[in-house]
Amino acid sequence: MDRDARRGLLLISPTALYAIALLAAPLAAILLFSFWSQDFLEIDRTLTLKNYREALTEPLYRLLLWRSLLISLAVTVVTVLLAFPIAYFVSFHVRPGRKALWIFLITIPFWTSYLVRVFLWKVILGFNGVLNTSLIGIGVIDEPLTFILYNANAVVITLAHAFAPFAILPIFVALEKIDRSLLEASRDLGESAMSTFFRVTLPLAMPGVVAAVLIVFIPTIGDYVTPRLVGGPDGLMIANMIQTQFLRLNNAPLGAALAVVAMVMVSVVALAFIWLNRRWLGGDGR
Amino acid sequence: MKGRGLFFYAGIYLLFLYAPIILLPIFAFNDSTIIAFPLSGFTTGWFAELATIDALHDAVRNSLFIAVLTAIFSTLLGLCAARAATRYRFPARGGLMTLIMTPLVLPEIIVAVSLLVVMVQLLDLRLSSWTVIAAHTLICTPFCIAILNSSFQNLDASLEEAAIDLGESRFSTFRLVTLPLVMPGIIAALLISFTISLDEFIIAFFLTGSEPTLPVYIWGLLRFPQRLPAVMALGTILVALSILLLIVAEYFRRRGVARAGKEDSGGFL
Repeated sequence: MDRDARRGLLLISPTALYAIALLAAPLAAILLFSFWSQDFLEIDRTLTLKNYREALTEPLYRLLLWRSLLISLAVTVVTVLLAFPIAYFVSFHVRPGRKALWIFLITIPFWTSYLVRVFLWKVILGFNGVLNTSLIGIGVIDEPLTFILYNANAVVITLAHAFAPFAILPIFVALEKIDRSLLEASRDLGESAMSTFFRVTLPLAMPGVVAAVLIVFIPTIGDYVTPRLVGGPDGLMIANMIQTQFLRLNNAPLGAALAVVAMVMVSVVALAFIWLNRRWLGGDGR
Repeated sequence: MKGRGLFFYAGIYLLFLYAPIILLPIFAFNDSTIIAFPLSGFTTGWFAELATIDALHDAVRNSLFIAVLTAIFSTLLGLCAARAATRYRFPARGGLMTLIMTPLVLPEIIVAVSLLVVMVQLLDLRLSSWTVIAAHTLICTPFCIAILNSSFQNLDASLEEAAIDLGESRFSTFRLVTLPLVMPGIIAALLISFTISLDEFIIAFFLTGSEPTLPVYIWGLLRFPQRLPAVMALGTILVALSILLLIVAEYFRRRGVARAGKEDSGGFL
């Protein structure tokens, strides 16, 4: 090993060891834990698949897992679709000197008190909430809308708000990297603005879109605050159950198994998405 | 024409992004215990009420302690990793950096339960502010690295080489040349990790012991309707504080970009 390599390894070692001790090892521990079982107050350390059997057959857990997956997918689609035009606008229609300001404006709400923000969505979406009173006030609707609070829709809206910057930033970065002369070339060669967008801009922006999808989709499954505050009984997600198993029912092994199942589920979907995207982009001859 | 449609859309989108933050001070100054329109009257009473809640002051003190230490630890760890990754080539660089950056995409509840299992069930530690600091340092480090990476990348390596050629040692080169150039990035990283830690709830809820952090305390307040206006007042103060911190962080980040003589291309992350 040369001197540079030794120095690099030495320098990164505190951070790497920290991540190994507080991330890799605990993840391994939770995997091991999910194969143990809770025996009243004691933990039974014989390896068993009991928790997984329960996690995968109990109708309530299956319902929560399935619903969490659907909600996460919906949040991802909504967030990324809403975010793309914004990223595109800032990258292509804002003066270069103003771009940093726009990005700053977009990120500010993300850094402000998460709990209070989620709570305020309850205030906005409620029966007598801000949205309903103002829509009735300007005469758009006669009756308050009830499908927007205490159900999965409310969870999707609130999470789409929470994850907005996570979707905008990677897409923006990808769009910024696009060589503008490629777009001119496409136009010069007779493509319309529309087909230039779909055949040049969008494929080149795909890495950003993929990053946005992953960075929204994966963490969404782990949120229990939003479902608890705005979801009502029909909007609860698997993270609520994991939290309950750990902190209330005192069945940590089952909670661990549910966490592992949820992670495997999102990872499989995420990997399938990456694979489909590679195939689609690679097999198209572009 | 297309640009104008997008501009209109951007306006609506910003309204969507800012809706909660705009409403917050409105309800904080509203003279009613019910958080809804129509507004009844102006009051600063909810802010005065905050001054009388002792448990709140303990929670604030506790959160500040956690956030300050988290900011220092995660910035130090971030400095090591960002410097190593941008300056040196070494085996397993990609793998180690992936591991270190993983908390950025890992669901927070996974971090929370895995640390809870290790600390309580396996190591039999008592939960305290230190367990929260350990977890917050883990999740803040990737953000620090993202900021510091760009600081180090913008750094002109020939400046360091020049210092070494002129007889400075490696350490004094780092102290006299490198550090001042990346200092704006360091300050931005400190402020960002401080802000994240101060606001983090999901992990803190699992790992605080008997002394709640501020978000954990707020979570408890949300169950009591009569406390909600005070929560709005508290939220207003927190939002104002985080915006102030972010503006300072952004100022330092830009100064860093300017100092390195590069063109500014965007915000954090």
